[in-house]
Amino acid sequence: MNIDYSKINKIIINKPLKLDCGETLEKFDIAYETFGRLDESKSNAILVFHALSGDQFVTGTNKVTGREGWWNYVVGPSLSIDTNKYFVICANVLGGCMGSSGPKEIDPKTNKPYGLNFPVITIKDMVSAQIHLLDYLGIDKTLCVLGGSMGGMQALQFCSLFPNRTYSSVPVACAASHSAQNIAFNELARQAIMADPNWDSGNYFLSGKVPRNGLAVARMAGHISYLSEQGLENKFGRKLQEGEGLKFSFDADFQVESYLKYQGYAFVDRFDANSYLYITRAMDYFDLYKLNNGNLSKAFKDTKVKFCIISFSTDWLYPTEESKKIVIALNSIGAKVSFVNIITNNGHDSFLVEEPEFFQTLKGFLDSTYEDFKNENSR
Amino acid sequence: MKIQDDVLAGLIEINSKVLDVGCGDGNLLLYLKKNKRIDGRGLEINQKNVQECLGKGLAVVEGDAEKDLINYPDRSFDIAILNQAIQQFYEPRKVLNELLRIAKKAIITIPNFGYWKVRLNLFITGTMPITKTLPHSWYDTPNLHMSSIKDFYNLCSLDNIKVNKSISISSNKISDITSNNMEVKNLISELGVFVVSK
Repeated sequence: MNIDYSKINKIIINKPLKLDCGETLEKFDIAYETFGRLDESKSNAILVFHALSGDQFVTGTNKVTGREGWWNYVVGPSLSIDTNKYFVICANVLGGCMGSSGPKEIDPKTNKPYGLNFPVITIKDMVSAQIHLLDYLGIDKTLCVLGGSMGGMQALQFCSLFPNRTYSSVPVACAASHSAQNIAFNELARQAIMADPNWDSGNYFLSGKVPRNGLAVARMAGHISYLSEQGLENKFGRKLQEGEGLKFSFDADFQVESYLKYQGYAFVDRFDANSYLYITRAMDYFDLYKLNNGNLSKAFKDTKVKFCIISFSTDWLYPTEESKKIVIALNSIGAKVSFVNIITNNGHDSFLVEEPEFFQTLKGFLDSTYEDFKNENSR
Repeated sequence: MKIQDDVLAGLIEINSKVLDVGCGDGNLLLYLKKNKRIDGRGLEINQKNVQECLGKGLAVVEGDAEKDLINYPDRSFDIAILNQAIQQFYEPRKVLNELLRIAKKAIITIPNFGYWKVRLNLFITGTMPITKTLPHSWYDTPNLHMSSIKDFYNLCSLDNIKVNKSISISSNKISDITSNNMEVKNLISELGVFVVSK
């Protein structure tokens, strides 16, 4: 894979960002991309938050990796998030590895990569950083903030922190707090990375030897959690790689094994192992319940934001029940909330793949919300 | 049914907070939003319908009233609407009482099983009636608990529910139902519309 980081757009924010951990970033970078055009009344801006392994290259070709954007099914001309109609913004999260400040970037104090000297960040920190991007782009209020998985968590956190900065929100396939199971899976991934001798306590940038195996295993573990049992069964079953029977070895006999390996090692080229530690940690710390003394409704008190919560029936990482809890919390304070649970075999990954009912739900919500928002802005 | 929407709209005050349970494709909510500027919410079990509602800009939750109404706080709505849906529940009585916990008032409409055409249909054919408002065969009907206008009144008095207003709709004609004309209205109404409270 040809990786070319020179094509990243970024802004430098020269304002201190106070982090949840108590430290302050005196200045920080936000790498971002935009798609489509901002209309005159600034009513059509949509801020997309990416998930754990995503980046700012939502659609089209990823300028760094040369691969397709991660949400090509959803964002683009005439798609659910229609770039002929909407101005789509996406930034690399704080702690990420696509140009925003993170462990891979240079620490201005030492002129060396941060590595583990980068402060531990939270979902709240990520969202607080991105509000500066909206300010920079001159957008007071977005039409919608949305995302799947960790992107959905950021959307929820955004609405809680900055209720007046968005008209609507679509948190997809997410939860208002990370469950023990979620934390366990992330810890498995972190342990895999840290067990790789190349990791070298996060200092692998000194030796130049990347903890490839650790990161690949971490990614494989993640991948299993993104798919449903039925989905795996349908796609692979017990099908063998060569079709010649068992090899009585530990090579990849089964197709599912080679699929996992492929996914794991393809990831290593484009992702930073330390970033994986930081971002999974941020997800684990996410708990809107605790932040509001156990009462999730408090997170959205008096909110005017129009919500559309979407879950997927076979998502066992962020089960439908978790989305329903958010719906109940919003309902109980009279918020404008809609909810759809899409029936599918695609598990947590559903939001990233061809899922027509999801596309239709999202499109219907966004298009009608846009009409309302435009009317409100013209009044 | 336009006339029915008008009747319902006539029962709802401007700017009310309304929950439409079993809101279907959302046309009634949209009508009330436009004509009565209501702050509306919907609960609907069918996903296609929910998607249509979202396309109309309505706030609708996909869910099952029999399981999900419990999550709505007491008195969180001015009015709850149950438009020709009460007969489809396993426990219509429970749903009715839940609505009156959630909302100050409820508007219930029922396809009247006491309507003369229904009675005649059963009387003559000896099979379960199929009419304009009851178009299904017995084996594939979603209607589990059919009732007449009189039956509904009886349930209300059993559960100490006040019937504040009741309206008969038949062949696009609208009239009030009172205790004096009950027997007649129970015979000639296709639909009964009731405003109830506790």
